[in-house]
Amino acid sequence: MRQIWIITKRELRSFFDSLMAYIMIVLFLGFSGFFTWLSGSDIFFVGQASLQTFFGVSFWTLFFFIPALTMKLLAEENKTGTIELLLTKPVSDWQVIVAKFLATFLLILITLLLTLPYYITVANIGPVDHGAVIMGYLGLLLMSAAYISIGLFASSITSNQIVAFLLSLAIGILFHLIFGFISNVFSGIAGEVLSYLSMAEHFSSISRGVVDSKDIVYFLSVILLGLFASEAILAKRNTI
Amino acid sequence: MDILVENLTKKYGIQKAVDDITFKVKTGEVLGFLGPNGAGKTTTMKAITCYLAPNEGNIKVGGYSIKDDPEKVKQLIGYLPEHNPLYEDMGVIDYLKFVAELHNIPKSNIKERIVEMVKICGLEGEKHKKISELSKGYQQRVGLAQALIHDPEVLILDEPTSGLDPNQIVEIRELIRKIGQKKTVILSSHILAEVEATCDRIMIISKGKIVADGSSDQLRKQAQGKEILKISIEGADKNEVYTALNELDSVAYVDFISKSSSSFEVQSRPEMTSKRAVFQLCVDKGWYLTELTPTETKLEDVFRELTMN
Repeated sequence: MRQIWIITKRELRSFFDSLMAYIMIVLFLGFSGFFTWLSGSDIFFVGQASLQTFFGVSFWTLFFFIPALTMKLLAEENKTGTIELLLTKPVSDWQVIVAKFLATFLLILITLLLTLPYYITVANIGPVDHGAVIMGYLGLLLMSAAYISIGLFASSITSNQIVAFLLSLAIGILFHLIFGFISNVFSGIAGEVLSYLSMAEHFSSISRGVVDSKDIVYFLSVILLGLFASEAILAKRNTI
Repeated sequence: MDILVENLTKKYGIQKAVDDITFKVKTGEVLGFLGPNGAGKTTTMKAITCYLAPNEGNIKVGGYSIKDDPEKVKQLIGYLPEHNPLYEDMGVIDYLKFVAELHNIPKSNIKERIVEMVKICGLEGEKHKKISELSKGYQQRVGLAQALIHDPEVLILDEPTSGLDPNQIVEIRELIRKIGQKKTVILSSHILAEVEATCDRIMIISKGKIVADGSSDQLRKQAQGKEILKISIEGADKNEVYTALNELDSVAYVDFISKSSSSFEVQSRPEMTSKRAVFQLCVDKGWYLTELTPTETKLEDVFRELTMN
């Protein structure tokens, strides 16, 4: 656990040192703020004290931003060879993977914490459904964790950051859109399976304020699958 | 702390990078790995440091197996990988602190260790810079500092002096020698003079197999076998000298070095020396012996002979 935290700290600092974190935070707050308060179907247009618009916008912005954060996690280490340095210190492959996942997750957590003023403002404007807001944030965090895990996997199989970025977007878009689209085409079991795989389905059901174990299991499986796959790729150096 | 490598085999696909090698390194020994590119030096080092798992065989460091207790083994080893990878976006001090923490050095000691490493590795003037701003030589020192920070029992250095200037090379060699008195050190290099200057024991690896193992003197002797003398004799017809030399009991083979002068290369029979006989011959015949030089087998020759075929 100590080892994980040491690596997490380093990764987190590297996000801030490279300005990546600041760019991410500013862009995210800019986008979500603009669409929540100023433009389109914003809160004043809808006339309801709810953060649904914000969650809808974040659902998309996070989808695009997370691959940009995860792309360098392992790809850069593969390229510069620092992965060898790291893995010959007293840490296991699994600790490295978890630490990198955790660092990105903490950055997203910090970013989302910075949107709490939105919540406080809305709560002052009118009666807010506190449960729905908390669940909305939970949904965003779970979804982010799933995409981080996918991004980490994409980053583990290449030493090229651009490839890692595009690959994680490609895998992400399957969960984000395509499974949902196709599920409408198919009927019966195939349709159900595809709609179960769709991220949007689970996200909207959580952000409506309904916690179903089905959704939690879904997110946890995607996260764990990504982490295990990344570890397997990392361990593959032994079998080549 | 001893390192015990037993029947280590590592394959990349079907190609065997390391083929069933066994050796032992004792505490206080500095072992130099020599070998042409792709001989398996780096692969062996990567296996000892638990980065690559061997296909067959086992490695024990201080009694801990790399299969059962990789974490313990890693804790005992200080490792400088080939090409010296570093987190270039970090500052020197931050980086050393990160490595120190990973090695479980108690918080109260970390500062002290970093100060010591900065002193030992000569990083005083550069310690507040980012690693990416350092020259290659200083980066190499940072690499060495991170390998030494937890005062490891075993030090493994893959081409430690590459990219250093001659002064730095001498400093680093001295440092390695000093550390090698109490610790176990394995280093690889393809600079023969370096291995000869720093190592107590040299191991030559070729195509994944150990082809020679011993001190530099032993290796020379082993390859030498037969004495070779360079002889110049004046005051006689060279053909006459040639015949006379050939008739000596201890001489196996005589060859003219050049056509004009009466210089010869004389190879003795195995385990025999012809120096005295040649001298006596000249005394008896009244010739002038102007040169008698034993030709030393250089380590380069040993290396070439062992790794070429």
